[in-house]
Amino acid sequence: MTELHWLPTIPDWRQRLRALPTDRDTAWDNAVALANARLNFVLTNALDETIRQVLPTGPETTATKKVRLAVLGSSTLTHLLPGIRAAGLRRGIWIDTYENDYGQYLQELSEPDSPLHEFKPTAILIALDAYHLTAGITSGLDAESAEAALTEIQDRIKEVWRLARDAFRCPIIQQAALPVHLPVLGNNEHRLPGSRAWFVTRLNQAIRAMAEAEGVDILAVDDRAARDGIGKWHDSALWHRSKQEVSPTVGPLYGDLVGRWLAAKQGRSFKCLVLDLDNTVWGGVIGDDGLEGIALGQGSPLGEAYTAFQEYARELSRRGVILAVCSKNDEANAVEPFEKHPDMVLKRGDIASFVANWQNKADNIRAIAQELNIGLDSLVFIDDNPFERNLVRQELPMVAVPEVSDDPTGYPVALADAGYFEGLSVTDEDRERTSQYQGNKARDALKAAVTDLPSYLRGLEMQLVWKRFDKIGLQRIVQLINKSNQFNLTTRRYTDEDVIAVMADPDAFGLQLRLLDRFGDNGIIAIIIGRLRENKDLYVDTWLMSCRVLGRQVEPTTLNLIAQEAAKLGARRVVGEYIPTKKNGMVKDHYAKLGFTVMETDEAGGNRNILDLAAFTPAETFIHVVEG
Amino acid sequence: MATEAEIYGALTEIFHDVFMRDDIVLSAELTAKQVQGWDSFKQIEIIMACEEKWGIKFNTRELDALRCVGDLATMVGKKAG
Repeated sequence: MTELHWLPTIPDWRQRLRALPTDRDTAWDNAVALANARLNFVLTNALDETIRQVLPTGPETTATKKVRLAVLGSSTLTHLLPGIRAAGLRRGIWIDTYENDYGQYLQELSEPDSPLHEFKPTAILIALDAYHLTAGITSGLDAESAEAALTEIQDRIKEVWRLARDAFRCPIIQQAALPVHLPVLGNNEHRLPGSRAWFVTRLNQAIRAMAEAEGVDILAVDDRAARDGIGKWHDSALWHRSKQEVSPTVGPLYGDLVGRWLAAKQGRSFKCLVLDLDNTVWGGVIGDDGLEGIALGQGSPLGEAYTAFQEYARELSRRGVILAVCSKNDEANAVEPFEKHPDMVLKRGDIASFVANWQNKADNIRAIAQELNIGLDSLVFIDDNPFERNLVRQELPMVAVPEVSDDPTGYPVALADAGYFEGLSVTDEDRERTSQYQGNKARDALKAAVTDLPSYLRGLEMQLVWKRFDKIGLQRIVQLINKSNQFNLTTRRYTDEDVIAVMADPDAFGLQLRLLDRFGDNGIIAIIIGRLRENKDLYVDTWLMSCRVLGRQVEPTTLNLIAQEAAKLGARRVVGEYIPTKKNGMVKDHYAKLGFTVMETDEAGGNRNILDLAAFTPAETFIHVVEG
Repeated sequence: MATEAEIYGALTEIFHDVFMRDDIVLSAELTAKQVQGWDSFKQIEIIMACEEKWGIKFNTRELDALRCVGDLATMVGKKAG
């Protein structure tokens, strides 16, 4: 299926598009809502064209980073750009696009005065068509020549990556080659070294291996075409007519694949799957049908379908997606299958937040976000009941609510096709996340059991393990830098490349802080970037922290570390700045609380503060600091 | 079986969506030259929107033979009928 089938249809969509208001921020918000509808390619183009007329330079402020995406290729790509921009809109990301002059991608990359260089991309998509990539390949080739051709094309692609990286230092995504070629030998096509079809298969394997080594990401249109059928993706008549390798009808899906990559790059993939229970996780109503009456597991096709959905949810959980439950039920009834039903794949321990009561689901989802300490915009809510879906969409538009039928076989497909949880790599933290959240609950239980805060903190046996930035931590560092909004003093967003630059800078330090305690490993919870200025002031460029560890004395302990590292660079003073945003009001007086002297405040509510290192005494806390 | 009026009704909606304008009035004689922005890309959009709408497929010869909206409506009528 190449439609955006997980998105709902909006009945008065056309009227709402034509009635977009002129106020920039309202127009943007309305357009984001319209982008979250099930659109075909014509409506996608219409939306893109309209929003670009109303907002030629985009919204004034967004929580996301604006993107300048260069799309480089060897055939016609213009028809794919609206889908990409609309997919950005769907995620609240403004995307400007650039497409090279027809066939000129190498020249434009190489020439510093080309329009591509003038565009200054912040992300690059390389979309070479399969005809271009197999030029010169023919079934007449012997194995040796085919092998040489494969090496040559790999080298050429690598050269394109090198040129792009050297010129722009920005993330690169390479479109896999589409399997457009017809077989000439048949089932055993792989025995023909010069087969174009087999060449594409081998090239796609080789590109993936190469991309791993070079830090390039892959746009897996080959996998998608394998699922949807190449006939949906590629129409040879259109290729002959207009050199469009990807059919315009697939434009919205193609764009969405790119959009979810860009969102993931900004750390904005969804994090948590919230499950309804009755008729979503099992068939039937547990309160009415009882443990024996619900459809689940072997013995009925319907029961097996629910089991398969649970297995998919568990697979997601094992790679770092948090699971939660939001059900209208008496809690005892709702928990019973998790504890007693032999065919339940999901166990109570897989669920980080379990809410079962009779209140409305929007309120309960808010409570789940609060309990897990994550933003509502990182939640996906799946429910078989259209009433509940619409209620949540209306009350909480930032929560993703896939459109599903009452057939559970479609639930995993909806989640997978929507790409909510698009990941670029899997960190150890991702794999341990559910147990981290379980640990939080044990911590809360301890907090309730002890009456005074100091003894609670002492009882936690906390260890702060700190390290300079390193390649291993890179993914998580960039994720935190781009996702943290609340405890974030300056809200500066950085890419992989920016973070690598900090590592290489002798007059700067980047610190990653991990917090352990008797209930487990909280993972990386804080990021610091310090930069030494010429006047020997150490400027705290970035200080952000996960709100999960608020109130645990992490802040003063972190300052001790900053002071120590600043002194190593020869700094005399530490300068801390607060730059206000809509979301970071909680840290307005952060530096004053830590004993800094306020030097200036500005009209926007920001402030700059100074700490004299000669007069600084490290704070005593219950946290044991270890260099890791 | 779609009537001519039904086909023109649906075509009008497609044209309004493709060109983002509600003032285009279709007639059998209307050609690409008379509609601002109707280039070869828009032509492909219109054709594919028709294919999607009626679940039909045009071949290369048929597409090359299209001269005006009337040709398109006739061909839709033949294929969707």
